[in-house]
Amino acid sequence: MSHPSRSKAYRPPSRLEDYPTGTVFPAGHLVETSSGWRSKRPVIDTERCINCLVCWLLCPEGVIRKSPDGRLEIDYDYCKGCGICARECHPGVILMKQEGA
Amino acid sequence: MENRKERKITARNLDDREFFYGHKGCPGCGGSLAVRLALKVLGEKSFAVLPAGCMSAIGFVFPQMAFSCNAMISTFAGTASMLAGVAAGARALGLEGIHAVGFAGDGGTADIGLQALSGAIDRHDRIIYICYDNEAYMNTGVQKSSLTPTGARTTTSPVGNRLRGAVTPKKQMFEIVAAHGIDYAATASVGHPLDYLRKVEHASRVEGTSYIHVFAPCPVGWGHDSAETIEVAKAAVDCGLLYLAEYTGGGFILNHDPGEFSSIRDYLLGQGRFRHLGEEEIEAIVAQRDSRWQRIRREWRT
Repeated sequence: MSHPSRSKAYRPPSRLEDYPTGTVFPAGHLVETSSGWRSKRPVIDTERCINCLVCWLLCPEGVIRKSPDGRLEIDYDYCKGCGICARECHPGVILMKQEGA
Repeated sequence: MENRKERKITARNLDDREFFYGHKGCPGCGGSLAVRLALKVLGEKSFAVLPAGCMSAIGFVFPQMAFSCNAMISTFAGTASMLAGVAAGARALGLEGIHAVGFAGDGGTADIGLQALSGAIDRHDRIIYICYDNEAYMNTGVQKSSLTPTGARTTTSPVGNRLRGAVTPKKQMFEIVAAHGIDYAATASVGHPLDYLRKVEHASRVEGTSYIHVFAPCPVGWGHDSAETIEVAKAAVDCGLLYLAEYTGGGFILNHDPGEFSSIRDYLLGQGRFRHLGEEEIEAIVAQRDSRWQRIRREWRT
């Protein structure tokens, strides 16, 4: 698996005894997402995408991933909608769409 | 001294795995892109050390853990000394193919962590020290550091009738590190990712101390749109305020000469932190750039 994802088994501690005694976690231990930060979402037109991977390289979150069929897809759980991918896309096939519109 | 053969890194052959994922960085954060790309080159056998600063504040938010490699927070002043300890510990345990890599901000490097870094370079410890330079203490709310450029507005160098932003010039950190006779040092920008990746890869093969100074725009502190991070990082190189260079084998190498510079005025006035600057102040910055480049073009190899 190339990307970590949110651990669905995680439950926030409800009693004092449930809290860990040290600040040591498993690597890549994710319990919440960042999708609520976003006001616009990037959408890739995969038909017109030339697969140059510029967006994949420049995403500060690393949420653009190569799917097994070679197309690029976005992990909307962790995309914050910064817009770098759309701005840097040479053929201009990534559009920022208003969330909830 | 170097081991292993250099491999040219491109977007095609770069590791698909993510080692810095689900962090709490602001949208469009240049620093988190620098960390993400460096770890993709160095891989899962990296031991990342982070002092107080944005990357530790956004990477370790209990109980979320954004690093998928070994990572820990050091004291603010002790990034390089903890890296030296990690490298020594790995050697004692007989671990091979590991990288002790530190990610410190400009304040944690040029102000607070400078003596530990200086000591590590002096001992030629086998560590990689990456300074992501966002030109102020961003994590605590944009206070001036010694890498804040002249004229930039921060909360401790405000703009009013008497003060016009930062009054001191930006410390030449790359040349300070080079003056130690370090094994390898380089400057980079997130606007030139392939150049940055190549430098991280080179640093991973150096038997000794490596220092990479990567320019990382901060949309919140600099006052530009989050989508413009890469453009701003590119523009800084094109207008000559930032140079891409290396120091290796005792000599300086200029990697990229923009030739005719683009407009410093456009670069500065595109950012909120410089928008108060008048023509005279901009001319002073242009003159400073020109004298620096005169020296660079005269003395450094290309």
